[in-house]
Amino acid sequence: MNPSMAGSLAEPDYLNHETTVRSWLLTRDHKRIGVMFLVLVIFALLLGGTFAMLLRIELLTPGPTIMGPMTYNRVFTLHGVTMVWLFMIPAIPSAFGNFVLPLMLGAKEVAFPRLNLASVYIYAAGAALTLFGMVWSGADTGWTFYTPYSTTSPTAVTPILLGVFIIGFSTIITGLNFITTTHTLRAPGMHWSRIPLFVWAIYGTSVIQVVATPVLAMVLVLVALERVAGVGIFDPTRGGDPVLFQHMFWFYSHPAVYIMVLPAMGVISEVVCAFSRKNIFGYRMIAASTFGIAFVGFFSWGHHMFVSGQSTFGSGIFGVLSMLVAIFTAIKIFNWVATMYGGAIDLKVPLLYVLGFIFLLTFGGMTGVAVATTSLDVHWHDTYFIVAHFHYIMVGSVLMAFLAALHYWWPKMFGRLFPERWAFVAACTIIFGFIVTFLPQFLLGNMGMPRRYYQYPSEMQWLNVLSTAGASLLAFGFGLIGIYLLWSLRYGKVSPASPWGSRGYEWFSASPPGPHNFREPPRFEREVHDYTVSEAPHVY
Amino acid sequence: MSTETTPWREYFGSRENQSQAAQLGMWIFLGSEVLLFANLFVGYAVYRYYYPEVFVEASHHLAAGWAAVQTLLLVTSSLCVALAVHYIRSGRAFWMGVALLAAMVLGLGFLVIKGWEYWKHWTEGALPGEYYRLAELPERGGSLFFTLYFLLTGLHAVHMLVGLSVLGWLVWGALVGRYTAEYHVPVEVGGLYWHLVDVFWLFIYPLLYLVE
Repeated sequence: MNPSMAGSLAEPDYLNHETTVRSWLLTRDHKRIGVMFLVLVIFALLLGGTFAMLLRIELLTPGPTIMGPMTYNRVFTLHGVTMVWLFMIPAIPSAFGNFVLPLMLGAKEVAFPRLNLASVYIYAAGAALTLFGMVWSGADTGWTFYTPYSTTSPTAVTPILLGVFIIGFSTIITGLNFITTTHTLRAPGMHWSRIPLFVWAIYGTSVIQVVATPVLAMVLVLVALERVAGVGIFDPTRGGDPVLFQHMFWFYSHPAVYIMVLPAMGVISEVVCAFSRKNIFGYRMIAASTFGIAFVGFFSWGHHMFVSGQSTFGSGIFGVLSMLVAIFTAIKIFNWVATMYGGAIDLKVPLLYVLGFIFLLTFGGMTGVAVATTSLDVHWHDTYFIVAHFHYIMVGSVLMAFLAALHYWWPKMFGRLFPERWAFVAACTIIFGFIVTFLPQFLLGNMGMPRRYYQYPSEMQWLNVLSTAGASLLAFGFGLIGIYLLWSLRYGKVSPASPWGSRGYEWFSASPPGPHNFREPPRFEREVHDYTVSEAPHVY
Repeated sequence: MSTETTPWREYFGSRENQSQAAQLGMWIFLGSEVLLFANLFVGYAVYRYYYPEVFVEASHHLAAGWAAVQTLLLVTSSLCVALAVHYIRSGRAFWMGVALLAAMVLGLGFLVIKGWEYWKHWTEGALPGEYYRLAELPERGGSLFFTLYFLLTGLHAVHMLVGLSVLGWLVWGALVGRYTAEYHVPVEVGGLYWHLVDVFWLFIYPLLYLVE
C-alpha cells in the first residue's frame, strides 16, 4: 500500500505499459480513450470559458466596453457552440463513461474498441472544423442556429454546422458502444439489479443519444443545404416553414439537456454513496427515474416554442409534460438526500461538489417548472431569466458533476492524490462564484433584460457587475484546479488502490488499472456500495 | 496486429456473446438511421399538407414505372443477401460470394436507373430550391417537392453506395476465405444494413411515386 511497496511491485498499468506517442494515438484501450477525451473536453471548456469571460467583461458597462456589437454576437455564439456541443454533451459520457463504465461492469474492454477510437477522431475532426469556422469569421446566429437568419447570415455558419454534424456521429457511436457493452460484457454476478447507477445513467443517456442525434444531424444538413443550394425547406419566400426548424431542432436539443444532465446525475449517485458510507437509498427508483426523464424529455420540446405561434392547447400540453421532468428529478434529489441522512458523512472535495450540484439543480429545476408555465414564460421568454435558468440546470449540474467526477476518479485514473486543502478552497470558490454569477441574472431577466443584447439601461449595471465578479471567481477557481491537478500528476502523493474507501465496483481494479483492467476476473458478490458487509480489501 | 488475424475477441467470453454484441450494435445503429430518415418523412408530411395539389401534380413528373423496376431489383437483391447469409451459415462460402455479387449487380442496376432519372430531372429543370426551372408547376410547393424528392432519394442512394461497398468487402472476405459456418458475424451484420436500405425504399417509393 505504501509508495515504496507500490514501486517495488511495479506492475505495468495502462499509463506506463506502453509509452510511445503511437501507442496512445492508435490505442483501443477504453481508459486511454477516456483520458484523450478528458484532455479534449477540458480544452473545449477552457475555450468556452474564455469566451464567457470576454462576454462578462463586455457587459460590465451599459455601452461598448472592449468589443463592438458584431464581435459580441460572434463571441456569445462561439461561447454557446463550444460549451454545448464540444464540452457539455461529450464531457461526462465520453471521458468518464469511457474510463469507468467497463471497470464498473467488470469488463476488459468496451464492445467495439475500434469504433471507440474512431469516436475520438470524429470528435476531434468535428471540433477542428468548428474551430476553423470560428477562426474564419465566426457565426452570429447563437448556438441554436435559428432559421431563417442562419440561412442568410454572411458569417461562417456552414463550417460550424458541419462541425457539429460530425461531432454528432461521435456521440452516436459512443452511445451505441455503451449500450452494447452494458448488454453483453457484464462480469459474472453483475445482474441487472446490481448495475451501478452511473452505468444506468450512461445507459439512459446513450439511448437518447442514439435516438435524438440523427434528427439533429439531418436538420443541420438541411440548414447547410439551404445556405449552399437554397433548397427552401425553411425559407418562407420559397414556401418553406422556419418553425419546422424549431420543431426538429428542439426535438433533439431538448433531450440534449438530459444527455448533459443524466450522466451528471449518475456521477452524483456514485459519489454520494462513497462519502456517506451508505448504499444508495431507492436504487430502483433512481434507475427508473433515469428512464422517466429520458422518455418524458422527448415530449417536451414544444416548451421552447410557446411564443412561436404554436396553439395554446399545444403549449399547455407541452407545459404539463415538461413539468413531469421535475417529478423524476425530485425522486433522485430526495433519494440522494435520504442517502446522506444518517450516513457517516465524510466531507471530502467530491462531496462538496455534490452539495453544490444538489443546490443548483434544485434551484434551477424549480425555475424550470416556473418557465414551463405558459403565462410566466411569455414574460420571461428570451430574457436573462432563461439564461440563468439553463445555466443553473445544464452548466451547474454538468460542471459540478464533472468536477466531482474529476476529483473522485482522479486517483483511479492517474494513481495520484491531489492536495485536499487547495481542492477544498477551489471547490468553495467555484460554487460561490457560480451562484454570484448567475443569481443576478434571474433578477436581470425579471427586470426585462433580453438575452444576447449588447447594451442595457444603466440601472441594470450593478447586477451585471455582480455577475462579472462571480465569473471572475469562477475563472480563479478553475485556474487553481488546473494548477494543483497538473502539480499532482508529478508530485502528488501516490494513491492507494481505493483512497476514499469507496465500495464502488470500479475500485476492484488497481489504481491506475492495468492494461486489461483486472488481473483475474472480478467477482461481484455484494450490492454496489454495500457498506453493511465487512470486506477485506481485494484488488482483482 | 497479431490479435487482428483471429476474428474472435477473448474479452467477449464466448463466441455467441460476440455475435450478439455485433448484432445488437447494428440494430441500435439501424434504429438511429430510421430517425435520420424520419426527419425527411416529417418534412414531406408537413409540406404535403401545405401544398396538396402541387405535390400530387409533381409526382406525375416522376417515372413510376421505372421506380417499380427499381423496387423489383432492390427486393431481389435483398433476397440474394438473405440467401448469402443462409449459405454461409451452412459453410458454403463460394455460394455466399455468388449471391452477394448478384445482389451488387442488382443494386448497381438500381443506381443506374436512378442516375438516368436524375439526368432527366436535370434536363427538365425539376430541381430543388434555387435551381428549380419547371414551368408547368408553381414554384411554391413544386420546388419543395423536388427538394424532398432529391433529399430522400439522394440520402437513400448514399446509403446504397455505402451498402455496396460493404457487400464488396464481404465478397472479398469470401474470396480470401475469411468466413465459415462458425464465423460469419460481418455477413449477418452487413446483410442487416442492406435490408434496411431496402426497407427505406419501400417507404420512399409509394410516398413519392404512387400516393395520389
